Amino acid sequence: MVELSIIYDKVRFEEKVLYEKAQSKGLKAQIIDAKTLTVSTASRKKDFSFGDVVMQRSVSHYRGLYITACLEHLGFKVINKFKVAETCGNKLITSLVLAENNVPTPRTQFAFSAEGALETINKAGFPLVLKPIVGSWGRGVFPLRDEETAGMVVEMREEDDSPLARIYYVQEMIDRPPRDMRCIVVGNTLVTAIYRYSAENEFRTNVARGGKAELAPITKELEDLALKAAKAVGGGILGVDMMEDKKRGLIVHEVNNTVEFHGAASVSKSDIPGAMIDYVVKLAKK
Amino acid sequence: MTSKVECQECGADINVPEDAVTGEIVTCPDCGGDFEIASKGGDKVELKPAETVGEDWGQ
Repeated sequence: MVELSIIYDKVRFEEKVLYEKAQSKGLKAQIIDAKTLTVSTASRKKDFSFGDVVMQRSVSHYRGLYITACLEHLGFKVINKFKVAETCGNKLITSLVLAENNVPTPRTQFAFSAEGALETINKAGFPLVLKPIVGSWGRGVFPLRDEETAGMVVEMREEDDSPLARIYYVQEMIDRPPRDMRCIVVGNTLVTAIYRYSAENEFRTNVARGGKAELAPITKELEDLALKAAKAVGGGILGVDMMEDKKRGLIVHEVNNTVEFHGAASVSKSDIPGAMIDYVVKLAKK
Repeated sequence: MTSKVECQECGADINVPEDAVTGEIVTCPDCGGDFEIASKGGDKVELKPAETVGEDWGQ
């Protein structure tokens, strides 16, 4: 019997259904509170009863990332791997990896000071989107439509104490329908794809921002691109986000490591948690 | 059966659904405070204040 540990720091819909699905598929599953974990350089694998495989599902990126580092150090198989989490958790690194692997992605410029950011912004021309390199649910994502707004947003960033606030990630604003696509990739399979429509008066499409989900047809182009993007970041259980550029077609703007699939599960006929648990079992037996 | 737990902030009753599991967040209907289910066994439910949303939360 495969033994699975699901690491969480807040049980959401996803962790609950994964736990239930693991049990219904006959796995011995347990959920572990990330907040209560401690590890040391003297720790050994046998000190932890985490079974054959661990699913890292912490909602906090850094907490999940560093726990994964510790568990891999101890010799546990963790989904997703540290390297994958590190790449996906940082938009700048993700963009570099996607570009290196010839995955179509929005033109994005990086600057490392306020001066550099303003120069880059003014040179690129509007409209643009400024995004924090770490962060999710659309937090801190600003559409920049004119010089005045750009100046104010950069000034605001300078007031921020976080060192990451000095790293500027400036992306072209894609001419797209008022939706993007979330593709759930598990291993070498595209399990489901949905459109996410922005809420009213909102350009961000995140379900966490009130975005609405609708099932999307899986075309060969979509499947090939989703799998290529997933492979580029190192593979595993991933959410590949795409936009439909009116001129260039599908382009990948993000790959999510601890993928949320509440929106997708509400419209998809595919058994999303089932596919994830089957993948976990396969990995445990490797 | 739904369990009722007293809100640590305002004393109102918080309903904890029967199928709720440890680690889930429940919200007080009166004061809006968020609490994490620390443990749950039968009718006995213990809550602790939930963490506030961090800058690195989500995906």
